[in-house]
Amino acid sequence: MDIKALKEAHSLLAEYSYEPAKLDKGYTDKTLYINIGENKISTKTVTPEIKEKFIGGKGIGLKYLWDATKPSTKWNDPENEIIIAGGPLCGITQYPGAGKSLVVTISPMTDIPIDSNVGGYFGPYLKFSGWDALEVQGKAEKDVIIFIDGNKGIVKIEEAPLEAVDGHVVSEQLTEMYAESEEDKKNISVISAGTAANHVNIGLLNFSFYDIRRQVTRLKQAGRGGIGKVFRDKKIKAIVIRFKGTKGDLNKPADQSLINKAGITLHKQIHDLDDVQCRMRQIGTANIIEVMDKYDLLPVHNYQYGKHSDTFKIASDVFIEKFITQGMPDGCWFGCSLSCAKAADKFELLTGPYKGDLVTVDGPEYENAAGLGSNCGVFDPQMVLEANFYCDTYGVDTISFGTACAFAMECYERGIINKDITGGLELNFGNGIAQLELLHQMSRGEGFGVLVGQGVKVMKEVFVKEYGADADFLRDIGMEQKGLEVSEYLPKESLAQQGGYGLTNKGPQHDEAWLIFMDMVNNQIPTFEDKAEALHYFPMFRTWFGLMGLCKLPWNDTMPADNHLTDEPAKIPQHVQHYVSLYNGVTGMNIDKHELIRQSERVYNFQRVFNIRRGKGLRLHDAMPYRAMGPVTIEEYESRQDRYDQQLRELLDYNPEGKTTEEKIKVMRDYRYDQYEKLTDAVYKRRGWNTNGVPTIEHLKEIGIDLPEVVEVVKQHL
Amino acid sequence: MIKVNSRDFEWQEGMTVQRLLELKEYTYVKIFVKINGAIIEKEDYATTMIQDGDDVKVIHLLAGG
Ligand code: SF4
Repeated sequence: MDIKALKEAHSLLAEYSYEPAKLDKGYTDKTLYINIGENKISTKTVTPEIKEKFIGGKGIGLKYLWDATKPSTKWNDPENEIIIAGGPLCGITQYPGAGKSLVVTISPMTDIPIDSNVGGYFGPYLKFSGWDALEVQGKAEKDVIIFIDGNKGIVKIEEAPLEAVDGHVVSEQLTEMYAESEEDKKNISVISAGTAANHVNIGLLNFSFYDIRRQVTRLKQAGRGGIGKVFRDKKIKAIVIRFKGTKGDLNKPADQSLINKAGITLHKQIHDLDDVQCRMRQIGTANIIEVMDKYDLLPVHNYQYGKHSDTFKIASDVFIEKFITQGMPDGCWFGCSLSCAKAADKFELLTGPYKGDLVTVDGPEYENAAGLGSNCGVFDPQMVLEANFYCDTYGVDTISFGTACAFAMECYERGIINKDITGGLELNFGNGIAQLELLHQMSRGEGFGVLVGQGVKVMKEVFVKEYGADADFLRDIGMEQKGLEVSEYLPKESLAQQGGYGLTNKGPQHDEAWLIFMDMVNNQIPTFEDKAEALHYFPMFRTWFGLMGLCKLPWNDTMPADNHLTDEPAKIPQHVQHYVSLYNGVTGMNIDKHELIRQSERVYNFQRVFNIRRGKGLRLHDAMPYRAMGPVTIEEYESRQDRYDQQLRELLDYNPEGKTTEEKIKVMRDYRYDQYEKLTDAVYKRRGWNTNGVPTIEHLKEIGIDLPEVVEVVKQHL
Repeated sequence: MIKVNSRDFEWQEGMTVQRLLELKEYTYVKIFVKINGAIIEKEDYATTMIQDGDDVKVIHLLAGG
C-alpha cells in the first residue's frame, strides 16, 4: 500500500483551526459542525439547558437532528445529519465499558431517527479533542475524508479519490497515513463504511481502534438502521481523528474517588467471577449461542424454530477452540476488563475479492452467529466467520442481513421466489456459499443481493408486486417492524419480549429490553401490569447508557456474587448504584437511581415525539409480524404441538381434540393478538402515553420535556 | 406435584435440585434456586431433596441480551 501516493492525491477543500476546549466535569461544552456540501466548519456551544434535558450521547444527537431537519426531510436530503457523540461519562478509564459513541441519523430503512451504540476509540478521542459531539451535514460532490487533529486543533475536509472504501482496508490505510509513527497508531481512530453501503440500505459504520499487540486495526460496528448508507450517500469515505495523550483523568471529574471506588469493585468482581459466569473474556457475547438453543430461543430458519440439532457445530466452545485467540485482553476502550471484543487472527478467507488473505475477524458476537448462522441454517463456523468478516468490511449490518437472508431463504424454499429471480442462486437454508455470494453482490452493486440488502420491508413489496406473492403471508413471516429487521432472539413464547421488540422507538432491536427469561422462564412478571412495569423500567434504564457513552454489557454480563440476595436481582442494584456514583463523580451532580430513570425518560419521550413529528410513532407502527408472536405455519405449530395444545386448554378453555392444526392456529392467533393489544394498552399507560401511543402533555410536563416544539407536535394528536 | 416458578410440575420420588434442573433442562449458569423461600447454594444442589408440594423458584438472571 503506497500511502504516500494516496495522500498526494488528496486536495484540501476546507481547513479550520480551533483552540481545543478544556474538559470540565465530563463536558467540553462545544460541538463541532461540519457541512461537507458547503465546506463549512464551525463551533457550537452546548447550553446548560441542552445538558439538563438531553445530557449527551444520543440525547444531544436527537436534539441536533430535530433542529437540523424538517418533518419531511428524507434520509438522503442534504440536511439530514450524522451526529456522533459520547456523553459525560465517555472516556473514563477506571470503570469498564466507558468508551462508547452514539450515532444518530434519519434512517433509510425506517424513515425515523435511528441510534446506534458503538465501541472503538473515536468517541473518547473526539471529546479529548475538545468536542462533545460531531455533527455532519450536507453532501459532498466527490469522496471526502474529514480529519480532526485534536492536539493541534485542526479540522480538514479533503477530497480523497484513491483510498479503498472497504472498512478493513481504508482503516489500515488511514491509520498508517495519519499516525506520526508506529507508536502513534493507537492515537488514531477511523470511521468508515464499506463498498456494499454504496448500494444497500442495511449499511453500517465501522469505528476503528488500533490493537498494539496484534498490530492491526480492529473494527467495531454501529450496525443498525443503515447509517453506513447515509454516510456513503454523503460521499464520506472516512472520518479520522488523532489524539495523543489519553490519561485516566481527562474528563476532569468532580470527584475521582467515587469513580475509582466503583471501578475497583467491578474489576475485582470480573476477575473473580467471569470464568464461572458469562466467560466474556474467553468468547464475548457468543457464550449464549448454546444457551439460547437449549431454551428454544435461538432463531432457526427465519424464526420458525428455536433450536436445531446442529447447533453444537457453532457452539461457543467451537469458536474458542478453533478460531478465537485466547489470553488477549480485548477491550474496545481502555480499562474494560470485561474485554469481550474477541477476534480470530490469521483467518484465511475462502471467497470473494480477499480470497486467500489472512485477516483478523472481530467476532463472532452472539448476534452474528445466530443471524448469519442458525437463522439461515448455516451451522458451519468457518462460513459464519467469513460472512461476519465480509459484512464488516463491506459495511453491512450482520443482524439485518441475517434476518433478511433468512427471509429470502424461506421465500425460496416455499417457492415464492425461484432461481430465475435469484439469478441462479440456490437460496436453500444452509447454503453458506450462496449467502456469501449475496454479500459479494451487494459489494459489487449487482444481482439479487442488492435487493436482499434493501431489507425485508422492500423485499416484501417487490415479491408481492412483481412476483405475485401473498401479501398477508409475507407480512406474517417477514421479521421486520418499522422497516428494521428483528434482532436474533425468538420472542414467540414471551409476550413481554414481543413488547420488548415492538414497543420501541427505533425498531425491533433488543437493546431496549430483553425480558425473555424474566417472563417466559422465571414467570416473574405474570400480569400485564408487571410486564408493563418491566417495559417501562428496562428501556428507560438502558436508554441511559446511550446518554452517557457507556456499554451495557458490564451492567449485566457480570454480577456480584450476592446479587441474588438483593430485593431486585434482575436490576443488579449494586451496579445501578455504581452508575449513580459514576455520574455524580464525573459531573458533580447529586442524582439518585430515580433521577437516572427520569433523565432517560425525557430523551425517550422526545424520541417518541420525534417519530410522531415524522408521521410515525403511533400505535399502528408498534404492531409486530405474527411470526414474532406465534406459529404461522402448520410445521411451526406441530413442532411445539404439546405446548400449544396445552395452552389452548389451560388459557382459552378450548379443547384441541379432533381439531385440525389450521383451526388451532387460528384460535391461537386471535388469542395472541389480543394479548399483545392488552399489553400495548398497559405499557402505554405506564409510560404516560394515550391509547394511540402519544405522550400526554401532563406527562411531558411531569418529566420536564414539555418544550414548546414538542408540545406543538403532540397537540395535533391529542 | 410441585410448583416451579409458580407453574405446576410433576414431583418424583428422590428428586434433588440437581435432578429438577436436569429435567427442566435449566443449563444456564447464572441462576439461583429457592425452595419455599430459602436460598439453596450451588454446592448443595446434588444433595438437597425437593419434597412433594414444595414451591421452587429457579430464577435465571439475564435481563439483557
Ligand atoms: S464489555 Fe466488550 S463491548 Fe463493552 S466496552 Fe468492554 S470490550 Fe467493549
